[in-house]
Amino acid sequence: MEITLANLKRGQKGIIKDVSSLHIPLKLLEMGCLPGNAVELVQVAPFADPMYLNINGSHLAIRKETAVHILINIAHE
Amino acid sequence: MSKQINVALIGNPNTGKTSVFNALTGLNQKVGNYPGITVEKKEGICKLPRGVKAHIIDLPGTYSLNASSLDENLVIELLLNKNDKDFPDVAVVVSDVENLKRNLLLFTQIKDLEIPTILVINMADRMAYKGISLDIACLENELKTKIALVSTRKNQGIEKLRELISDYRKLSVEPCLNASEIDPEYFNSLREAFPNQLLYKLWLVITQDVNFGDIQRQESDTLEDFKTKTKIDLKRLQQKETIKRYQFINNTLKKGQTIDLSTAKDLRIRFDRILTHKVWGYLIFFFILLLIFQAIYDWSAIPMDFIDSTFASLSEWSKQTLPQGQFTNLIAEGIIPGLGGIVIFIPQIAFLFLFIAVLEESGYMSRVVFLMDRIMRRFGLSGKSVVPLMSGTACAIPAIMATRNIESWKERLITILVTPFTTCSARLPVYLIIIALVIPEGRFLGLISYQALTLMLLYLIGFGAALGSAYLLHKTLNIKSRSFFVVEMPNYKLPLFKNVLITVVEKTKAFVFGAGKIILAISIVLWFLASYGPGEHFNNAENIVTEQYATENLTEEELQQHIASYKLEHSYIGITGQAIEPLIQPLGYDWKIGIAIVSSFAAREVFVGTLATIYSVGSDEEETIKNRMAGEVNPVLGTPLFNFASGISLMLFYAFAMQCMSTLAIVKRETNSWKWPILQLVTMSSFAYLVALAAFQILK
Repeated sequence: MEITLANLKRGQKGIIKDVSSLHIPLKLLEMGCLPGNAVELVQVAPFADPMYLNINGSHLAIRKETAVHILINIAHE
Repeated sequence: MSKQINVALIGNPNTGKTSVFNALTGLNQKVGNYPGITVEKKEGICKLPRGVKAHIIDLPGTYSLNASSLDENLVIELLLNKNDKDFPDVAVVVSDVENLKRNLLLFTQIKDLEIPTILVINMADRMAYKGISLDIACLENELKTKIALVSTRKNQGIEKLRELISDYRKLSVEPCLNASEIDPEYFNSLREAFPNQLLYKLWLVITQDVNFGDIQRQESDTLEDFKTKTKIDLKRLQQKETIKRYQFINNTLKKGQTIDLSTAKDLRIRFDRILTHKVWGYLIFFFILLLIFQAIYDWSAIPMDFIDSTFASLSEWSKQTLPQGQFTNLIAEGIIPGLGGIVIFIPQIAFLFLFIAVLEESGYMSRVVFLMDRIMRRFGLSGKSVVPLMSGTACAIPAIMATRNIESWKERLITILVTPFTTCSARLPVYLIIIALVIPEGRFLGLISYQALTLMLLYLIGFGAALGSAYLLHKTLNIKSRSFFVVEMPNYKLPLFKNVLITVVEKTKAFVFGAGKIILAISIVLWFLASYGPGEHFNNAENIVTEQYATENLTEEELQQHIASYKLEHSYIGITGQAIEPLIQPLGYDWKIGIAIVSSFAAREVFVGTLATIYSVGSDEEETIKNRMAGEVNPVLGTPLFNFASGISLMLFYAFAMQCMSTLAIVKRETNSWKWPILQLVTMSSFAYLVALAAFQILK
């Protein structure tokens, strides 16, 4: 199933399918947020924002407004 | 004569780069500023085998050579400029064994610049714990470099690194991948136009189109013609480049690294379940804050009292031992109290930096950023604004410098503008002495003392003013800036004592010598202005006063006091104070407070020092400043000068007014414009005046 990263639930895993280079800072790409890499939602702050992710072994937090520009495939329901 | 080797330490944040720097240089290092900008420049000397010395620069942490901040930009500036005297003979890229994949991105970029590069794989002591094993020979071969496997915690591998640095001439300067394959046509035309230039260097200059402040970039004019591609195209290419680099890194690591996940442990996730929890996370943060404030106020009171009394007796001692004269007076009444006014802040500043260093080193600070981001965003700030606002309780200067990692310019600007509202330690002595004078002793509901409660309220007022004004700026400032927010959540680490100690010593030193110079200079100037005056009134004070009180049968001592106060009134400083008296009378102040306020526009902490200087000029008594202040009478109302109304008014004035030249200077440098510091000075100070006026008029 294809969703945006912002819809990922806590503990769920997925594979990044596409990132909108217009809206995603290069820095995030360089930290491993690239198509084909695995992503897991580790923890969310209140109101699910920001999101604490494990992308390709990098642990980082991004805001929901950035996460909506990242498309992922959920590994399995 | 042995030649010095220039070494640049480069690496991602959280790789222990500074630990490696500390291990190489020991305490043989100095922290300065890069010319013209306030980015901290850390450099040190390291002794290498065979009597060679290395000059090592610890460059700011960066994730890549595509800079997004002033700090990161500096790394490229140095690496692109062969004429810089610090241009490295050899680059040492520090990586963390647990994040090798991500850390190698920067390494491949630096290799493309054809600078001899050594790879340090740090935190080697964590390998077994994480189930990681490395084939160093294979990695060295693939990455075309030499590798030092280092553990700064266990003090391993540093000798090997020294060896490698001294043998830097044997390193290959061949890039490890050909990044120009992402668009061969474009890069070929680039190569033809600039046959003598490094391709990757040209590419960096073309793509780095962010705001670099006032730093000059080289060769940019000739390259203008080549900016034929749109920004979006360039960014797509950069994305392609990044993917290409990761492909290379993945292939390399497949050959040289194995991770046995069955033996790997991850404490980070377990800790983070609690430390970033919706409820527990905030509770724990709140308790840590309480602990910090407790340390700053309670624990540092003991050394502060000691410093206070030491300087008081030193002043007394010098007066009695040195030969009488103006020079002795200058030392005893100007310089020593001035120095005391600086030294007294050391315990608090040191405690605050100790806590901040421990929180940063342990990795906890990133969690605070994560927890606070959503809340801070309502006020137009970022989660990353929490660190500056917390540091602001020690001093606004390092706090404003700590805003550099905020990606969004608008959020960063607002943080810079509101940070001076937080109650810095320079306000504290002002608050403490006035609270002692005007707030009654006794306890609220028999629990908390009124005095402590007042102090706490003042802190809350400071934070409230910061958040309130941030909200206003957020709504009014019309700055379009894309707000990126990316924060790494590094592994938790036990802070290294040595690193923490060095940070605390360096930051405290920077404060003492930076702010200290101004405070000392002002103390001396004040003493002169108070000890000399123009005309008959000052120079003939003794005769005038003696005549005036001729009928009143005063003791010699009383007469001397009247003379001293008459002299002060007609000294240069007295005249200045009286000139501004009409302006401050509605606030409940007299001309002496006026002088103290005027002089504290240079720095707040001067207030108490000024009053100390004013009241101690011409008096030999050991009466404390507090008692003297309590005895002052308002010339208009006839009531004690420092009463509840004027005291509250004065404290509120200090809470809001922008009275720190050093902060204004830093704001100017960080925002690269006079507009923002002037805005701060005018709005904060007029707001302070109005609030103080209202407070006095209502309470009197």
